Formats: sequence, structure tokens, C-alpha cells
Amino acid sequence: MNMSKVIVVTSGKGGVGKTTSTASIGAALAQTGQRVCVVDFDVGLRNLDLVLGAERRVVYDLINVAQGDAKLKQALIRDKRIDTLHLLAASQTRDKDALTDEGVERVMTELRAGFDWVLCDSPAGIERGALLAMRFADKAVVVTNPEVSSVRDSDRIIGLLDSKTRCAERGERMDKQLLLTRYDHSRCSRGEMLSVADVLDILAIPLLGIIPESTDILRASNLGAPVTINSAASVAGRAYRDAARRLVGESVPITMPDAKKTLLTRVFGRRAAA
Amino acid sequence: MSLFGFLKSRGTAPVARERLQILLAHERISVGSSNLLAILRDELLATIARHIEFDPEKLSVKLERAGSVSTLEIDVEVPSDKIVTEARRAGPARMSAA
Repeated sequence: MNMSKVIVVTSGKGGVGKTTSTASIGAALAQTGQRVCVVDFDVGLRNLDLVLGAERRVVYDLINVAQGDAKLKQALIRDKRIDTLHLLAASQTRDKDALTDEGVERVMTELRAGFDWVLCDSPAGIERGALLAMRFADKAVVVTNPEVSSVRDSDRIIGLLDSKTRCAERGERMDKQLLLTRYDHSRCSRGEMLSVADVLDILAIPLLGIIPESTDILRASNLGAPVTINSAASVAGRAYRDAARRLVGESVPITMPDAKKTLLTRVFGRRAAA
Repeated sequence: MSLFGFLKSRGTAPVARERLQILLAHERISVGSSNLLAILRDELLATIARHIEFDPEKLSVKLERAGSVSTLEIDVEVPSDKIVTEARRAGPARMSAA
């Protein structure tokens, strides 16, 4: 029996960390020996290749495979650091309407046969690309920042996950988990930012993890290496690794990440939380 | 502790939380009714198309909420010549109705 899982990483809003999260969780899963493929659905604005440091290795892409112009094997790019991690890039030049339901379904079926985990990095918005990224998923990771516009858009995406996916059309309930990113503990404890409890209460889906706002993440994407590879011991790296472990069903307690290490923020953070 | 209380009262997160809760309560309902709109649109299209040849893109169905009353607005743009020929073919009874 094929136990492979297709996961969509989605958010509605742009810039919240979908691509970073896809790469970091994908790498963390692959580090445990699982066969992982990360798929970029952002046709015309691909970036997963860049975050993974594979931007100069893309020959064929998702559209080529979906249209039958290339074989899946030809299009898959194997990571140079973790050999169980693969990338299927998006097309940078083609029109996004070139992707069809049937084409994507064929690719997904083929990916399921070869991988334990298929992570679909959704484009922002609620257009065709975003709908196709979620269409054949078994499970969704909803990436949200503790900020009003992001929470609103995530709520919209949750509505679409419950209505526009194969899973929903079969009458099944799609499993959805919240990944709270760019979290700033000190600002939340000062009441300047929505808290974890606020966001969970409003969106009403279980928590997969809390990822702190962190310079390690910026540095990792500058270098083209996910934070789970580049600085696995950092707070952000550990937060992503824990999220990946929860994704596979392990029970890992949620910890409140506090990435800021300067004396000043420590003092203020403590005072605010006292 | 007093400083903490001072900071907390200045925090804007509770306002954000309340605004979101109110907004999403409305939006979740309208997502439900946008399905209704899609169904209405499809059925209206089929009904009109049985009688008049027209461009489906020229049919607009809107549901506007204002206070306790909602307005369902259906706007169909049809070329005049199509109305005349189709109505004539339909016979006098239909013509008076049109």
C-alpha cells in the first residue's frame, strides 16, 4: 500500500513564508531518510529553486512534465546535500494557464509512487495556481503571520480547502494545520501582535508549529540552503524540525520560540512577560 | 507589574483580534452565499439561454447586504435584435409578457 502524503503549503497572502517553510520542512523530513519532493506551483514567479540553491540546475519544470514534454525523472532535481530531497521547479516563462487539472493530477500520481512526501508550495492568492496546488493534497499546512491581513487571508484559504479540493469533493474533511511564522515573542507578550492563542482561536485549526522571526532564516535563503540544513541548531532551525516531526505524527511539545538574544530585548521581554 | 499593565493597555493586539472576529463572522457567511450565487447564476443562464441567444459574460448576479434586507440584483445585457426575433418566434402571448 502506498502511504505517500501530498501536502499543500498555502496561505492566501504573499510574503508570509510559504516557500521558506516548504524548503525547511522538506529538508527536515528528508534528513530523516524520508523520500521528499518539493514542488513549486508558482508559475512565472518561481523561488523554491532559489531558496534551495538549485536555481542554475533547472532544465525542465512542472509544466513540461504536466504537458508530457518531459519525463518526471528528467525534471526532478536532486539536492546536493541531502540525496532524498528532490525539487520539481515551476516554469518561469510559461503562462500559468498552461497547467490543467488533468496534467497536475497525472504528475501528482506519479510523484506519489516515487516519494513518501510531496510538498506543494502554493503561489499567493486564490487563483488557478493556488487552487491547483491544493487540489490533490491530502493535508494542508496553512502558513500565517500574527497579523490581521494574513489571518483574514488564511481564513479564506481554509474555506477553499474545505470546498475546492478533491478531498472536499469526496465529502472528506481535509486535515489542516497552522504554521505560525515570523512570530515575535516579545512583541506578542507586549500585546502589540496577535498571540498564538488569538490566531488559533480565530482560525480554529490545530497548531503545527511556531517559527520565530529570525535572521538565521534570511541568512539561509541568502545562501540557498534551508535553515534546517544551514543552521539546524538555531531556534528557527529547531522550530522547523519540530514542525516536521509533528507533521509525521510525532508528539513534540510546542515551545514558545524567542529568537532574540540581545540583552536589551531579553530584559524588556522578561519585564513584559512578568 | 504596573508598568506591565500600562504596556498591555497600549497594546493593539486585542483590537486586531476583535476586528478580525467581527469581519470573519461576516465573510464566512458570504463565502457560503457565494456558492448560492454560483448556483443561481448557472440556473439563470440555462433558463435565459433557452429563449434568447446572449453572451453569458453579460449576466451579472449580485447579492448586496444592507442592514436587515438583502437585494438580489440580476443584470442581463441582451442585443436588441435577438429579443425581437426570439419574441416574435415565441408568439403573441410571450410578446406581451416581454
